[in-house]
Amino acid sequence: MAERNMSPNKTPIPEQDPQLRNKNFEEVALGYTEEMAVSEAARCLQCKNRPCVAGCPVNVQIPEFIDLIVKKDFAGAYKKIKETNSLPAVCGRVCPQETQCEARCVRGIKGDSVGIGRLERFAADWAMKNLDEKAEAPKSNGHKVAVLGAGPAGLTCAGDLAMLGYDVTIFEAFHKGGGVLVYGIPEFRLPKAIVQAEIDKLIEIGVKLDTNILAGKVVSIPELFEEEGFEAVFIGTGAGLPMFMEIPGENLNGVFSANEFLTRTNLMKAYSEEAATPMMKFSKVAVVGGGNVAMDSARCAQRLGADTVYIVYRRSMEEMPARKEEVHHAIEEGIVFNILTNPTQIIGDEKGYVKGIECVEMELGEPDASGRRRPIAKEGSEFVLDVDAVIMALGTNPNPIISDNTPHLDINKKGCIIADEETGATSLPGVFAGGDIVTGAATVILAMGAGKVAAAAMDKYIQEKK
Amino acid sequence: MYKILKKRDLNESNVLMEIEAPRVAKKALPGQFVIIRVDEDGERIPLTIAGLDLETGGVRVIFQKVGYSTTLLGEKNEGDYISDFAGPLGKPTDFEDFKKVIVVGGGLGCAIAYPIAKALYDKGVEVDLVVGFKTKDLIILEDEMKEAATRLHIMTDDGSYGKKGFTTDGLDAILAEDPNYDAVFVFGPPIMMKFIAQVTKKYDVKTIVSMNPIMIDGTGMCGGCRITVGGETKFACVDGPDFDGHLVDWDEFMRRSAMYKEQESEAMEKHKCRMEGMS
Repeated sequence: MAERNMSPNKTPIPEQDPQLRNKNFEEVALGYTEEMAVSEAARCLQCKNRPCVAGCPVNVQIPEFIDLIVKKDFAGAYKKIKETNSLPAVCGRVCPQETQCEARCVRGIKGDSVGIGRLERFAADWAMKNLDEKAEAPKSNGHKVAVLGAGPAGLTCAGDLAMLGYDVTIFEAFHKGGGVLVYGIPEFRLPKAIVQAEIDKLIEIGVKLDTNILAGKVVSIPELFEEEGFEAVFIGTGAGLPMFMEIPGENLNGVFSANEFLTRTNLMKAYSEEAATPMMKFSKVAVVGGGNVAMDSARCAQRLGADTVYIVYRRSMEEMPARKEEVHHAIEEGIVFNILTNPTQIIGDEKGYVKGIECVEMELGEPDASGRRRPIAKEGSEFVLDVDAVIMALGTNPNPIISDNTPHLDINKKGCIIADEETGATSLPGVFAGGDIVTGAATVILAMGAGKVAAAAMDKYIQEKK
Repeated sequence: MYKILKKRDLNESNVLMEIEAPRVAKKALPGQFVIIRVDEDGERIPLTIAGLDLETGGVRVIFQKVGYSTTLLGEKNEGDYISDFAGPLGKPTDFEDFKKVIVVGGGLGCAIAYPIAKALYDKGVEVDLVVGFKTKDLIILEDEMKEAATRLHIMTDDGSYGKKGFTTDGLDAILAEDPNYDAVFVFGPPIMMKFIAQVTKKYDVKTIVSMNPIMIDGTGMCGGCRITVGGETKFACVDGPDFDGHLVDWDEFMRRSAMYKEQESEAMEKHKCRMEGMS
């Protein structure tokens, strides 16, 4: 038995040097070695009441898998995680552990919490490298279910249902599965090969992935039931239409939504010389917004060769919704933060290309409905940042395609599908929903949690219907 | 993978293809579009649907070999496969209860003007189909178009066939004689659509234009296809592709459509070098 590691500090994770990595798309964090993992795992106190598990939306058996790492049973650790989490290599990289499992870790009271995310990633990566056993497809229970959207919610729901023996078909609008994991989150934060490997594992256990199918258009939900014999449907179609600020100049050449910019860069691989999809050339870029998507956009722009990349955010560092780690990485890589700054218009040259963004300085007033202090413009403080591209990372509005084409599917005022929190059930019998299409833009792990909850409810629904 | 069932060269640069996509064929309505990817790592190319074959499950598209990706697609042959074919996307054209319409097609735009005219004509609508080409050799689908309209008016820029002049001239002549048309549908290059809309404005005839901006996903996600219509930003892929031609900000649309011209020609050069290197 290894000795408990009482160091107050998390074992550091090796990273690419900031000045090197801001010019390439390779992964930033390199992952623990076996020794590092065992040493970090030995910091876990194996608390009896397991507060960390309660912080995990997909209920990963955290102390158990960490104990297996201490015992150097890495395959066992991986299998333990896999019992409840269908995408461990993804979660180990992009989950906001600092507000979930790690936020509740007892070691975090005096010092750093245990690096649960890093250990999860280690176990998943170790398995990918060292485990060669093909997963076996579970025995079929003879029931057909459909999943709309191959993002984190849909993949999780599909994986759980397949494990229960369902015949699962995922319908994906894009030419590739993965959703935001492939079009949104950049390669340097989540290598696409890892997402593909996770999807391949689902296919091994019998999940069918039908790409180029835009549900609602080419096949409707009623048709899935009536003509194609599906007994339940999960809608996990994700976030939708990008928001803009509705300020002058937003349709100038060189203004992108973060969705477009990231999709060109990641899914369509615009960073590679060989890519057929073009990317505009730029040297100074303003990214408007303070979330993870804004950080991803800024760091991609830097890697695509921009000299200067600004984050333009109307509140202060404290209110910034992005993960601290991502902000830290962005700062290390040389991204310039213009906080308490809000764009008022985008300025174009005579040919209609962006040449600047006019901003106004902000100060914080009383807290607003979100509990954050409301930013107020300082009169007369306008100034212009010289930029030749602007990326709007302001969030999204729900995509109306499914709701417009599905009679009696209830949506709320914002256009999000209304689904029961405990089950994912919608207003239509047999139709469940989860992820961003229900909550509005949120995190990968919350979408996965919703997919998991819905999978259990769909199983119950079908079993009770018999 | 999606099989190319049929390929026909309409002229030197325009190609007709029928691609096997039974799910799409079953659902597609006039005015909708598809997105095609020729191969892995290929660009997503939006193309308006130019016809369907319900028996074979074929969806017809007509394109011009103008950039790298369309040239690559044009190099494929019957029996070959392309990697992706997604649709039907966008809203179908709304024919309301029009009784008498003009359909205008310019060049490759005739690929779409034809099926729209046919759909209207087959419904019993009185259709004047005004089509324009640079010169006689570039005329496409003439026989088909004859069967799709009450009256077919062919215009050529150089007068080598039909009447000499642009589609705007042909349209103006018709409306000058009888402005009582319920609507004008327009398919063609942006500059032509802009000027057609100016002609119809003069006669105050409702004008529906089919927009084909740069886009990636075609499902509302990227917002690259945004255009200004009546002072409001619209996404052509989910709000369109049809819009009121009198309300579109044409200059902005043309400017945005030209955004990647430089990169496009660079990509073409690279492709040509590669092809020449092979031969």
